[in-house]
Amino acid sequence: MNAPGAPLLTVDDLHTYLATGQGVVRAVDGVSFTVGEAEVVGIVGESGCGKTVTCRTIMGLMPKRIAFSTGKVVYHPLGDGSILDLPQSEMQRLRGAHLAMIFQDPMTALNPVRSIGDQLIEAVTAHAKLSRQAARERAVELLTRVGIPAPVRRMRDYPFQFSGGMLQRALIAIALASAPRLLLADEPTTSLDVIIQDQILSLLLELQRDTGMSMILVSHDLAVITEVCDRVIVMYGGQVVEEGDTATIITSPSHPYTKALLEALPQADHRGPLRSIPGAPPSLIDTPPGCRFAPRCPLAMDECTSWSTELVEAGGTGHRARCWRHNEVGKVEAWQASDSA
Amino acid sequence: MSVLPEASGAWTTSPAHALLRVAERASKRSKSTSRRRMTLICGLAMLGVAIVVILLAPVLASKSPTALDVLHPLAPPLSPGHLLGTDQFGRDTFARILYGGRIDLAIAFGATSVTLVFGTLVGLIAGYFGGWVDSLLMRIVDLFFAFPFLVLIIAIIAMLGPSIFNMFVAIWITSWVSYARIMRAQTVVAKKQQYVLAARTLGYSRTRIMLRHILPNTASAVIIFSMVDAVGNIILAAALGFLGLGAQPPTPEWGTMISDGQNYILSSSWWLATMPGLAIVFVGVAFSLIGDGLADILRPGDR
Repeated sequence: MNAPGAPLLTVDDLHTYLATGQGVVRAVDGVSFTVGEAEVVGIVGESGCGKTVTCRTIMGLMPKRIAFSTGKVVYHPLGDGSILDLPQSEMQRLRGAHLAMIFQDPMTALNPVRSIGDQLIEAVTAHAKLSRQAARERAVELLTRVGIPAPVRRMRDYPFQFSGGMLQRALIAIALASAPRLLLADEPTTSLDVIIQDQILSLLLELQRDTGMSMILVSHDLAVITEVCDRVIVMYGGQVVEEGDTATIITSPSHPYTKALLEALPQADHRGPLRSIPGAPPSLIDTPPGCRFAPRCPLAMDECTSWSTELVEAGGTGHRARCWRHNEVGKVEAWQASDSA
Repeated sequence: MSVLPEASGAWTTSPAHALLRVAERASKRSKSTSRRRMTLICGLAMLGVAIVVILLAPVLASKSPTALDVLHPLAPPLSPGHLLGTDQFGRDTFARILYGGRIDLAIAFGATSVTLVFGTLVGLIAGYFGGWVDSLLMRIVDLFFAFPFLVLIIAIIAMLGPSIFNMFVAIWITSWVSYARIMRAQTVVAKKQQYVLAARTLGYSRTRIMLRHILPNTASAVIIFSMVDAVGNIILAAALGFLGLGAQPPTPEWGTMISDGQNYILSSSWWLATMPGLAIVFVGVAFSLIGDGLADILRPGDR
């Protein structure tokens, strides 16, 4: 294993455009970030801001007929080439063995007509030559590891006999079957209730620490992200609008969108209605120039609608925000001025 | 059916009462499940009987199907030595039905299984790969559908020459297309399921995804259809035999027997066409029951 902090995956200026009947959707529009060894990175943003498309592009799962990607995705153990350029067969070898992914809805991510054990054994033997017996033992071991009681008996069960939380555990076991270096968790807890959510997150973190793998956790729930991630990437309209350490992001957000997201979280001592962000996310077809958040931004100036900035340093190491007024976001006066205006 | 009094909606008042109602409903449901299973069991039993009888033909029928009993042509059923009578040459109808069944069942299994496997694979590939592969394969399928099946099969046999093997070939060439179409439609739906995406995420090969993930979820439709198709193929074989394009005399085959017997229906030798007809009906019903039973059991969401 490499030293923690050394880069494992670098995404550089990734664009993914989708051809639809209505026009070209710029689902991912110039996203760059790095995931270090043994690092947990959170990607947060509203629905339709490009989180899932980013993950699927990294995994090479976007349908080639309608999706076009440019930019580089470098998986460092494999050298400096972009894995987007790999032929199908080599990408297939990478998936599962090096990069794994778990999905939002565990109810549909397992094959309904095959037993859990059968699918787990298949995952175990997909990238390694193992005897039937050894594969079986490894499968039982994995089920035990993810906290499924009576794993030997449960191997014979079918997905419909598992509860949602148990299914997500089984899926995590399947994803970890070949000991991947990077796990992409795409909203792994969204379809689960709050108590199970917490158990699954703890399990993921525990497994991440034990195996030393890196993890990208995608969620629209900032509470989930701040609970487990070392670093947070905030996405809006297909772009990264802010990135930084989790602590920095929650204490001093430098993009108005991040701040608005934080304020939308329910607070224990807050009475009255929850604050929401007025307006809706922009259409990613025919995006106008300027900052994508400007139409909903209380701090928007005239410049904001005509041209946007790149990610700029916002104080603190690795803390960057895509905002002209990032220095003022933390200041109360700016918000009061816009409230009264 | 209810053993409980239906007094003015009173059944909602007591939990015990509600429990009884539910138990009653549950027992009804389990009855209907076992009734469904009965359909399958009946079908399998009938087919089993047919297969055993046909395999034991040399034991059960004392006569050879082609032996001529010139002294007793057109003997009626139950005449001495001839359980189901004889035809115009004095050949034993019972023996001919048993031996003829070998050909008809061979067609039901041999022709159907080949087209089932081939058509299913074509549909799976077309549906999963999509794009030009799909267009090419499905246009070929359309081409076959553009002709009436029987005409196409007759044309092929006419080209190859009438024989039982050529009848197989003609069915193999033409009737895989139905399976391809059914399977493609199922595959197109199944490949959008999340478990297929999840399987791709794990780096499984396309072959593995098609055969181990999509096929088990979609096979029920083609398997059920194959039972209907098996009946269709027996009838097709009978029709071809009737037209003189299948089994050639003196080989016994049900369709040919009906064809030969039709001339005698009006001259009171009704058994010549009726007996092999009943044999076809028996096997046809067996396959239909199996198909129905399988449809009920394999229907997704019924587990």
